[in-house]
Amino acid sequence: MNSLLEAIAMVSTVEVAIAILASAVYGMVIGALPGLTATMATALLVPITFYLSPIAAVATIITSSAMAIFSGDIPGCLMRIPGTPASAAYTDESYAMTRKGQAELALGASLWFSAIGGIVGTVALMVMAPALAEIALSFSTFEYFWLSLLGLMCATLVARSSPIKAIAAALLGLLVACVGIENPGGVPRFTFGNTDLLGGIEPLPALVGVFAVSEIMRAMVSPLPPPIPSRKFGSILAGQIDLTRRFQKQMWRGNIIGVLIGALPGAGADMAAWVAYATSKRFSKTPEKFGTGHPEGLVESGAANNSALAGGWVPALLFGIPGDTITAIAIGVLYMKGLNPGPTLFTEKASSMYALYIVFILANLLMLPLGILMIRVSRHVLKVPRAVAMPLILLLCAVGAFAIGNNPFAVVLVAVFGIVGYMMERNGYPVAALVLGVVMGTMVEQNLVSSLIKSDGDILPFIERPISTGLAALTMTALLWPVAVWIIRRLRSPERAR
Amino acid sequence: MNTFTRRGALTAGALAGLAPLARPAFGQARYPIRPVQVIVPWGAGGGTDATARIVAALLEKEMGQPFNVVNRTGGSGVVGHSAIAQAAPDGYTIGMITVEICMMHWQGLTELKRTSYTPLALMNEDPPGVQVNATSPYRDIKALADAIKASRPGQFKASGTGQGGIWHLALAGWLGAMGLRADHVRWVPSNGAAPAMQDLAAGGVDIVTCSVPEARAIIEAGRARSLAIMAPERNPQFATVPTLNESLGINYSVGAWRGMAAPLNLPAPIAQQLTAAMQKVWNSQEFKDFMNARGFGMKWGDAEGLAKHMEQTDATLGAAMREAGLVRG
Repeated sequence: MNSLLEAIAMVSTVEVAIAILASAVYGMVIGALPGLTATMATALLVPITFYLSPIAAVATIITSSAMAIFSGDIPGCLMRIPGTPASAAYTDESYAMTRKGQAELALGASLWFSAIGGIVGTVALMVMAPALAEIALSFSTFEYFWLSLLGLMCATLVARSSPIKAIAAALLGLLVACVGIENPGGVPRFTFGNTDLLGGIEPLPALVGVFAVSEIMRAMVSPLPPPIPSRKFGSILAGQIDLTRRFQKQMWRGNIIGVLIGALPGAGADMAAWVAYATSKRFSKTPEKFGTGHPEGLVESGAANNSALAGGWVPALLFGIPGDTITAIAIGVLYMKGLNPGPTLFTEKASSMYALYIVFILANLLMLPLGILMIRVSRHVLKVPRAVAMPLILLLCAVGAFAIGNNPFAVVLVAVFGIVGYMMERNGYPVAALVLGVVMGTMVEQNLVSSLIKSDGDILPFIERPISTGLAALTMTALLWPVAVWIIRRLRSPERAR
Repeated sequence: MNTFTRRGALTAGALAGLAPLARPAFGQARYPIRPVQVIVPWGAGGGTDATARIVAALLEKEMGQPFNVVNRTGGSGVVGHSAIAQAAPDGYTIGMITVEICMMHWQGLTELKRTSYTPLALMNEDPPGVQVNATSPYRDIKALADAIKASRPGQFKASGTGQGGIWHLALAGWLGAMGLRADHVRWVPSNGAAPAMQDLAAGGVDIVTCSVPEARAIIEAGRARSLAIMAPERNPQFATVPTLNESLGINYSVGAWRGMAAPLNLPAPIAQQLTAAMQKVWNSQEFKDFMNARGFGMKWGDAEGLAKHMEQTDATLGAAMREAGLVRG
């Protein structure tokens, strides 16, 4: 109790208040710009944290990353340009809602369920951190292999096109993930002697290219669409209570998926969003509505990526193992501020820990008013004439890609992937599956090869460990289920015909 | 805040382009008269980035001009290292180079090597430790070394970084010093030290060679033990961990270091001025506090010291890489 009071005193200082507010606005803006990610928002804060008190320093990271993950949904919804990779899973869905004139419902759902996801994630962090960390720590490369394979299989689930085309697109993504030297063999592949290709192709330029640039190209060749009726947005949160009631099960499932995947080092919010969206579609009563502007998947994956964010702090705080790229940066800051990760952080520095929990909750509450403000401002984007908006978006894409590593090559990549994405969409291949292939490819390969090296080429250890057995069974079921359904239908249909 | 720093970086870039026009005809009377760009070949948020940023902030205080950190990532560090080497040698573009500069050219990844730069100062070095799971039967490095010698090739599995990375070479070199083949302990490539330490805790590998600060949280959580470090002397922050030399009599040491360098042919007065400023930075309380908080090893070398250190690393790593079959071309 004493440490709780101490924690409240630590948080209720002017410095912390200003830090939270400023980093909230900052994260909100960075996340909403295509190509600038939550990770980048966090990385650029590090030099500033040098000058802040420990709680204020960590508060800036917590707040800005939470805001950025939410606001990454905004450009995705309004312009079909995902602001962060975590939004890519349901970009098409929310954009379809905008085309239906339900932009405020879609954005409101993103906001509302992001905030809920963040708070549930925080509660999970408070109550179950040691247990979750124990699970995370028992994951070896064998378990990660199955998990990443499951993630890759989401490609066929999230796509609206034929499964064959989705698989083809995912395979193309896997091919892209092969480029570079950062593979288990440490041998340059498909680099053609090019220094820039040596580091491989990062998911972000691919993402910006296939979604944003291809959308711009499409806009250039297609006649002006009937303008979306320009009107004032209605209440942003009004529809949300109803959505919460209708999709309560989905919301909780999304939260649980988010916390679990977030707590696994290396998986993170991006994967949580994909898996949640795929799960939502798989178990939906109306899977045919997915991709046509149906809020169900949005609820589940919107909740998942924000709860994953909190989940990612579990292994970071307990073992100094980053749950995702954001906590990887945060760990450095924790060390610098004397909040060394480890179990002792929860005992000896309990008041600091409570203070961090309070910051988490505050950040997610602050997300609601600030998010509403941001949505209200950004709706004007829809009114901008296409001839003005498209060049600006293209410029933003180029700047965002360049900003990743101050490397002009990333801009070239964005352009190339724009053309690839355009061609794919013209022919009915889902670009989301390509992005998933790029994101998961490295993970699948790394874990497969590492596992095989460890087991001296034996495949038995892949199904020997208790958790890997479970994951293997899950993967196999997901893989064979459609085949089984097909066979059963084949067997039954002649009977019916008779 | 961010937009300001980025704008600063852009301005610095633009100014660098104008440099030849703006330079006074009577030469470098005063240096620096405008912002200096500090190139970091690795991504924002990592250890090298953090070190570069604190050095830049302190240099700014020391020299009275902004030192703007610019991350030039890509190509596994090759892109950023080339950017430093190829910049104009006018003192307005410097950079933080890392141990990889003594490795990449052996692998045939780039023509760049230690002699492509004007060395300025060595700021830090982290030697690798040998870590095992807390439940491992090997209580000290001697027991582990004996077990490794007695094992069949490939029985023990170790991890810590990607194939051919610095910690892989540390292991290969250590095995070589014990008279074993470089692949006697099989290397499991990982995506960095943190995942490797997690795999160690999960029971996936037997040994992890990575720097002690990288392993610190898991060790402090009681999930792993550090048996030895490959360094000439103990790390004062982890004073209970012996060196390889004390317990095995093997005087093998290799570490991941970070140094400041400029393009080749930097005018000597500027180089001397920068080295002097960096020495002040290195000796400052702020730098010490930062390095201690992160657990990074403090190692100083002036221009000559860095040059010598690079020469030594280059030879050691070259031998280890040849041993491990990683040398190409």
